[in-house]
Amino acid sequence: MPNPNEIVSALCAAGFTHLVWIPDSHLGTWEPALAGSPLAPIRVCREGEAVGVAIGLLLGGAKPLVAIQCTGFFEAGDAVRNAVHDMKLPLKLLVGVRGARAAKSGTGRDNCPHFAQRLVEAWELPHAHFDPAEANANLSAALATLTQTGPRALFWSE
Amino acid sequence: MTHRDALEVLAARRGEQVVVTTMGSVALWPQLSDLPLDFHYLPSSMGQGVPLGLGLCLARPGRGVVVLCGDGGLLMNLGCLVTAAQYSVPLYVLLIDNGLYEVTGGQPVAGAGRTDFAALARASGFARVYEALDRAAWEAVAETALAGTGPVFVWLKVEGERGKPTPSAPRPMAEQIARLQEALG
Repeated sequence: MPNPNEIVSALCAAGFTHLVWIPDSHLGTWEPALAGSPLAPIRVCREGEAVGVAIGLLLGGAKPLVAIQCTGFFEAGDAVRNAVHDMKLPLKLLVGVRGARAAKSGTGRDNCPHFAQRLVEAWELPHAHFDPAEANANLSAALATLTQTGPRALFWSE
Repeated sequence: MTHRDALEVLAARRGEQVVVTTMGSVALWPQLSDLPLDFHYLPSSMGQGVPLGLGLCLARPGRGVVVLCGDGGLLMNLGCLVTAAQYSVPLYVLLIDNGLYEVTGGQPVAGAGRTDFAALARASGFARVYEALDRAAWEAVAETALAGTGPVFVWLKVEGERGKPTPSAPRPMAEQIARLQEALG
């Protein structure tokens, strides 16, 4: 599994200029690595607000990444709809999906993976999945899916 | 003070700042200004005007951004004041407080007439907060309020107006974005 320093280095190498975030219990472990990086996080209070800040950054020519937890992705639906479908902006989301690993193994009781998948499809947001714990996990390849043209989401398995 | 009064005072003193309009201001501002730095955030996600303005400030350090937001929109996203107050950026939040959801027919917002928005802004960390009950009071502070270190919060109490048509932006969103980005360079 890539460590936080490797993850932050990969995010910088992917060309992101700003990170707008509300951490979850996994994304939060990146905090020390982010603090000393060019991607010092923009801390917001709610996930829809994170998307609003990203809209402004995109209008200003920056390349932001919004990193949030899946429950916040649920909350941010209207802001995502507005950014992606009204404004046609190349919004980039990294969404920590709580319980995804357990769901994959058939042992999970958390409904977050189920609804995260349903909602990303409902918002017609191109997306990919990445599990950093997999033996052949390729972080650079996963981030490359995010930097493709247009709006994208990367579901980060937890 | 009418909503139009509040915007006329802004139009007379606005410099090279981006002006972001939301909701009812989208209908009025084009009658007063039609510059490439005017951005009408419509269609919008209600409550995201201030975050949008903050994002523009962070992307373009030194560029002033004025956000015209309504009380209904701000109430949907009060945390954005706490977020914005973390940054020393030239963001000027002009709250057009009419106590109503004007676009939906004039229903009162929660806490209409009872909410102290200036106190909310101060408690969120805004060091510069102004309030104006009438046009004369707004004219007296506008030049000071619209300059210098931000973020700045200006609480403008305006008359509620019912029966106004749903606003529409003067240009399609794609054209607005291209125009703004060209103006920003």
